[in-house]
Amino acid sequence: MTGFRRRYGAPLAATAIATLVACSTPGTGTTTSSSSAPMPAPAANVDLTRPPTLGDPKGLVLPAVVTRDLPNGLRLMIVEQHELPLADFVLVVKNGGETDEPGKLGTATLATTLLKEGTTSRSSLQIADQEAFLGVEIFAGSGWDATTVQLHTATGQLDSALALFADVILRPAFPAAELERLRKTRLTSLLQIKDRAPEIANRAYAAIVYGSAAYGRPLTGDEPSTNAIQESDVRRFYDTYFRPNNATLLVVGDVRPDDIERRVGALFGGWERRPVPLPNYGQPPAAKGTTVYLVDKPGAAQSSFRIGAVGVARNTEDYFPLTVMNTVLGGSFTSRLNNNLRETKGYTYGANSGFGMRRSPGPFTASAEIVAAKTDSALIEFMKELRAIREPIPVDELEKAKRYLQLQLPGRFETTGGIAGQLSGLVTYDVPLSFFNSYTQRIGAVTQADVQRVAQKYIDPDRLAIVIVGDRKTIEPTLRAAGVGTITVVDITGKPAG
Amino acid sequence: MPNNPRIPYAAASPGERSRVTRFVRRATAAVFLAPTAAIAQAVPTITHEKYTLPNGLEVILHEDHSVPVVAVNTWYKVGSGDEQRGRTGFAHLFEHIMFMGSENVPVGKFDQWLEAAGANNNGSTNGDRTNYYEWMPSNALPLALWLDADRMGRLLPTMDLAKLDLQRDVVKNERRQAVDNVPYGRAGETMSAVLFPAGHPYAHSTIGSMTDLTAASLDDVKNFFRTYYAPNNATLSIVGDFQPDSVKKLVQLYFGNIPRGPAIPPRPAVTSQPVPRDTFLVLEDKVQLPRLYYAWRTVKAFHADDASLDLMAYVLAGDKNSRLYKRLVYDMQVAQDVSAFHSGQRVDGSFRITVTPKPGHSPSEMAKLVNEEIDKLIRDGVTDRELARAQNTTRAQFLDGLAGVLGKADQLNYYNYFLGTPDYARQDAARYDKVTTADLKRVATAYLAKPRVTLTVVPEGKRDLMVTGVIQ
Repeated sequence: MTGFRRRYGAPLAATAIATLVACSTPGTGTTTSSSSAPMPAPAANVDLTRPPTLGDPKGLVLPAVVTRDLPNGLRLMIVEQHELPLADFVLVVKNGGETDEPGKLGTATLATTLLKEGTTSRSSLQIADQEAFLGVEIFAGSGWDATTVQLHTATGQLDSALALFADVILRPAFPAAELERLRKTRLTSLLQIKDRAPEIANRAYAAIVYGSAAYGRPLTGDEPSTNAIQESDVRRFYDTYFRPNNATLLVVGDVRPDDIERRVGALFGGWERRPVPLPNYGQPPAAKGTTVYLVDKPGAAQSSFRIGAVGVARNTEDYFPLTVMNTVLGGSFTSRLNNNLRETKGYTYGANSGFGMRRSPGPFTASAEIVAAKTDSALIEFMKELRAIREPIPVDELEKAKRYLQLQLPGRFETTGGIAGQLSGLVTYDVPLSFFNSYTQRIGAVTQADVQRVAQKYIDPDRLAIVIVGDRKTIEPTLRAAGVGTITVVDITGKPAG
Repeated sequence: MPNNPRIPYAAASPGERSRVTRFVRRATAAVFLAPTAAIAQAVPTITHEKYTLPNGLEVILHEDHSVPVVAVNTWYKVGSGDEQRGRTGFAHLFEHIMFMGSENVPVGKFDQWLEAAGANNNGSTNGDRTNYYEWMPSNALPLALWLDADRMGRLLPTMDLAKLDLQRDVVKNERRQAVDNVPYGRAGETMSAVLFPAGHPYAHSTIGSMTDLTAASLDDVKNFFRTYYAPNNATLSIVGDFQPDSVKKLVQLYFGNIPRGPAIPPRPAVTSQPVPRDTFLVLEDKVQLPRLYYAWRTVKAFHADDASLDLMAYVLAGDKNSRLYKRLVYDMQVAQDVSAFHSGQRVDGSFRITVTPKPGHSPSEMAKLVNEEIDKLIRDGVTDRELARAQNTTRAQFLDGLAGVLGKADQLNYYNYFLGTPDYARQDAARYDKVTTADLKRVATAYLAKPRVTLTVVPEGKRDLMVTGVIQ
């Protein structure tokens, strides 16, 4: 998936700035702004000690999306992009790890990985051989709320590439030997998590904030569940959720809609529809008074911080104020968290925050990897910023964040992968295609009062879960002295440790 | 890692400004390094204009109006390979300081002004070069050029110890986050220190040692800037939606008055040669599983054997059917992962293989299996199908490298620095197409049969797991 990352923190698409593509009816692009002023000509007496005055940004012509529905319910969304002879095909199935049952955690991700491990007519090694021989990439993975299978290919070999793509989606065989092999690999990966403090922090944080609710479970399972998963479990996930009426196929690249519709109809037309049940997201526990959950990682050079609480769902009415607020707090390089903890104090290589906006309310999380000796000082600064964001934000800071969000828009539509990424975020959460037509205007409408309102509503400094994974021997005494919340020593599952 | 000209910046890790590129350049071979697609399609040429200002600054322009965005990418021809003894990590530390403001840019404003214009920016350092880049809506181009000119021409008037000390702390945290607090994180620098002789540009890591980072002084900053950060040691690549006439005027206005610097000190000459004898190292680390590393000296980028070595890495561990992956990970299931990687840098290169045994299996067992496969490669060579998989997957990456303005701008600079020809992707792709099965057999013999460096990273207290001989 294309998409730039920050020099710190999570990918943009996973945070509050998970903006989505716009657009419109078949065949028409939409212009969000009409100005296209030429670059100002440098004057002879220009003052080189001041930054230049910029002309108006050009209007972005959003890519046109052609939508076609197959009789079995599979929705096709096609975007023509003829710059290079490439295409991305992204099947978005609207369920993922949230469907895992207790005791069988990691079923969705395991089932999805198995798609490429054998079909009714191709072995695992044959699939891999064709992929490499064609020079294509097929990726299959499950996250929260969605599973994607993606094909990246040159358009000169569309027949062979699409045949392989359709085969892994429609005719997986879930061979027993491959399941056992992946089980063994996964058990070893789970063992290796003990080596990585950031991953320990992620798991403990999710478990503490969500308890036994869906988003508290690890997507790749744990040891008991990995041992417990049977072939019937992965088949059940596939048979239940891989249905055309629960999926959208995005096609972006050097293609023609009619040709794509014909090919996809021939390959996917026989895919059988069936009603798909709604997953049970469960109820996260009520937030407790601010508590520090300490996980011991003896000798760790840094302490991994994850701070936050249950946030909002993607369909929140506060999407735009939250996006602006988070950009100020921890969603950009010049945000308060990064500016304070990195660019002023030098405690870290980067600090950030984000709202994981999902089908059910996802987490708000502020994160950083902090040098062990400054663990207590960093916690104090984190808390300072999480309180300060609830105060009115200076206008220039607000305007910078809004312009940053608005003006970045064109860059998100640059590549086939970028466009597909924007669209898949929309499709997963049933956000209408018109989303981007009003994006610039709706960001622009966010006021100081809006930002303060959502900060006060969603960030409560007195009810935060603070997970810190580090060298307990050296950091616990200073954390106690810092006096931020009670301190509980826990393990990777968030349960009290000895 | 960032700044592989073939792999768009999408693949970049978080934190590029500072992120060290230890394995530069193409990711042909590491396991599942996302071979992306394109076959049977020719790599298009990139129409560009290249010219040089009187002060020596090279400028490369390529128009691409498909989306109203533009990228500015500046390469300074200095990297960690140019560092003085006792100052490892300095080129990269200096890179950080370049974002701390200059004569007309107060501290913090570099990033704030760019973000307010919808621009993002970053930089990276490797053994050979340091790059800085901005990508933005096309109307913001004058701002990026003005900021880049101010720091190229006028960094020192507002330079002080506070800026250095702050970024020193940030970089030390970068080292902790990327090396010290990461399992197996110190393996790379441990190997390089033995693989290359003392004083060799690649004998130390780009991130450097904590001791040397502590030792860096304000005078070091000033001297480094005066020595290497002159227009005659830099190339400015601008790609995207702009009008060339007005951009040339802006470049002249902002950069034209920056004085040419003194001649750039030449790097000591390097001879690529095998390590004199097999060498065995052990490193204890906080890890659950041991890991075995092999490294050989090879050749620099664009050497006649460079492309064959890249493809050989793919044949060994590039996909599920590759020799080592299929046997150790897929069939026998005795290894958790395996990778093979050829890194041809500007003056020298190395070939590395890494294997992690599954629980219950030992590094010595891995060593025996890897050596059997290397011997087979030397004795019997590779099949046509194996070569085709490697070539087709490699070829696909060339097309992907042209998808975004930022990747294109960096690629133009890459080829320009290495070869003097910015638009070389088509010829580069042709190098891989020309490789034969006979070439692979020949390079396997020429390089992998030579002495190597062996490192075993072991869990603390488990030195007995160290591989201590070439196991046959």
